[in-house]
Amino acid sequence: MSILVDGNTRVVVQGITGGAGMLHTRHMIEYGTRVVAGVTPGKGGTEVLGVPVYDTVEDAVEKTGANCALIFVPAPFCRDAILEAAHSGVKLVVTITEGIPTLDVADVMPDLKVRGVRMIGPNCPGIITPEEAKVGIMPGYIHRPGKIGIISRSGTLTYEAVWQVCRNGGGQSTCLGLGGDPIVGTSFVDALALFEEDPDTEGVIMIGEIGGTAEETAAEFIRENMSKPVAAFIAGRTAPPGKRMGHAGAIIAGGKGTAAEKIAALRDAGVAVAESPADIGATMMRALG
Amino acid sequence: MKIHEFQAKGLLARYGVAVPKGAAAATASEAREIAGTLTPPIAVKSQIHAGGRGKGVLDVEYRGEPLHGVVLAAGADEAAEVASLMLGHTLVTKQTGPEGRKVGRVLLEQGTKIERELYLGVVIDRALGRPVMMGCAEGGMSIEEIAAERPEAIVREPMRPRAGLQAFQARKMAVRLGLTGTLLRPAAKLIGALAKAFVDLDCSLAEINPLVVTGDGGVMALDAKMNFDDNALFRHPDVKELRDLSEEDPIEARAKEADLSYVTMDGTIGCMVNGAGLAMATMDIISYASGGKGAPANFLDVGGAATADRVTEAMRIILEDPKVKTILVNIFGGIVLCDVIAEGIVTATREIGLTVPLVVRLEGTNVERGRAILADSGLNIITADSMLDAARKAVRAAGVEVEA
Repeated sequence: MSILVDGNTRVVVQGITGGAGMLHTRHMIEYGTRVVAGVTPGKGGTEVLGVPVYDTVEDAVEKTGANCALIFVPAPFCRDAILEAAHSGVKLVVTITEGIPTLDVADVMPDLKVRGVRMIGPNCPGIITPEEAKVGIMPGYIHRPGKIGIISRSGTLTYEAVWQVCRNGGGQSTCLGLGGDPIVGTSFVDALALFEEDPDTEGVIMIGEIGGTAEETAAEFIRENMSKPVAAFIAGRTAPPGKRMGHAGAIIAGGKGTAAEKIAALRDAGVAVAESPADIGATMMRALG
Repeated sequence: MKIHEFQAKGLLARYGVAVPKGAAAATASEAREIAGTLTPPIAVKSQIHAGGRGKGVLDVEYRGEPLHGVVLAAGADEAAEVASLMLGHTLVTKQTGPEGRKVGRVLLEQGTKIERELYLGVVIDRALGRPVMMGCAEGGMSIEEIAAERPEAIVREPMRPRAGLQAFQARKMAVRLGLTGTLLRPAAKLIGALAKAFVDLDCSLAEINPLVVTGDGGVMALDAKMNFDDNALFRHPDVKELRDLSEEDPIEARAKEADLSYVTMDGTIGCMVNGAGLAMATMDIISYASGGKGAPANFLDVGGAATADRVTEAMRIILEDPKVKTILVNIFGGIVLCDVIAEGIVTATREIGLTVPLVVRLEGTNVERGRAILADSGLNIITADSMLDAARKAVRAAGVEVEA
């Protein structure tokens, strides 16, 4: 078991003929993901890496039964690509692209909500259920199937956590990157609720960072609703205020969104917060007992 | 991206927001000319990308007192004199840090008779996932102060991301701020104009503080601040032209040109990392591994699609920083390939020469090839097998005394 993606996930890649789209489609196929279609307007009827290409997502869904859209479209065109996916019949949209204007993301959210479509991202590494499906750009080989769910606002720091879990003898049920933007489709709370329901997940690692209040909201949710142990790390304790730390969403603004506030809120809710980023895996193992 | 007050007022005026009569000057003669066209008193305002200008002081005296960043001059001559003193001098405010900012331009404006001061601003509410208009009947204070002390005094109206604030919402807002009677129409128009500017121009913040009710019964933006979503600048070439490079850290600007995400810090350990979260965590672990005694010289994310060229430029930037006593490279290769990173490190260090210890931790895709490239390079590289190991070695190499 797992959350959101598994061996039955059928992926349609939007932007499959672009550089990043093609590279990662190859890696996903090698990993064993069922990539059933690609979409590039004007290239319908062709094939890429043995995958049929369609002009529209709707067409791809109708012909191949795709149930998950993965978006590699350049940022200026993502608003349209996400809306197209939302109206195509798929129930899960994973948006990898970094640099989408914030108001474009805000603009697509009501369409996704009304149609009951979940989006992961944007500006994220995607989602992986080890040995079942890799829908994104993470290095597949570092993951091992297991009982720990991982949720993160960062890409490479997620890999670090995965690697530490494996070094400690554990594995992952599902790992998902929420994305580093101010507005994202799936929140910590959404993902925590899914892991709480998943019978094969025994503990959850959440990796947050400075900016916004998503971690504080998650802390409230954990206190009220989580029976499974949660371990956490918050990046950016040493980050200066008022500076954007790489991610569009990672900024301490007006004195709000500091790591200290988030860590305090999580600890208060009973979460085991790692002091050092090198201790994320061990902290989870200790919390599992 | 940030812009100056006079630029923000210029943009808002285009949307129908009333602003005081005035113009910006870059030289003393321009200031004199502008002052001559205005009816005194005249407000003379230093233009820098930081708040707190009124209370801030310049490194120059006027009439035996330190000169403040904003001055109300009684006449045109005084205005011109004050403006010429401000230009080229450094203004220190509570937001600039002790080094302050050099004043390159001053805004001269006709003084306004103020009946009331209010706050008006638009920000992105992350939890709601949409922009929100905020207003407060008490202006002049920062919204953070109001939010901390009297959150109930702030009125909010969530906006549609593209359609913006509806007319009824603007009227509702005006009424809740006490802008009724003959003020209702002009206030609602101004509120609507601010909302439209925010949405049209892809702002991340648009603020009028204070918004004033003038002696003749109008509403006017006495100060204005606008920040823009960097990711949307591609569709606003006119806004992009308002960028003032002199307000930016030169190394940060150079890094931006190379698609590197870089922030200057004041420690001695230069960092090169892939991914923003891992880069922040690397800064954190330097502090952790040294008991708070060691500190990073920078935040640097080489990005997901780092090429050898980009890595080389990143290494150059770090190597040229005189603060740097040790370099810590922490890479978890996913999309970024470890061998590409290793090539970049070798190229840059051969070119510039390695004058400080270099600690490298590589993990992830093509790690074996990457390690081999470093080992074969003959460079004196300290390798580490985990993040903590790397941080400890970097702290030691930088000569930071750590208690056992």
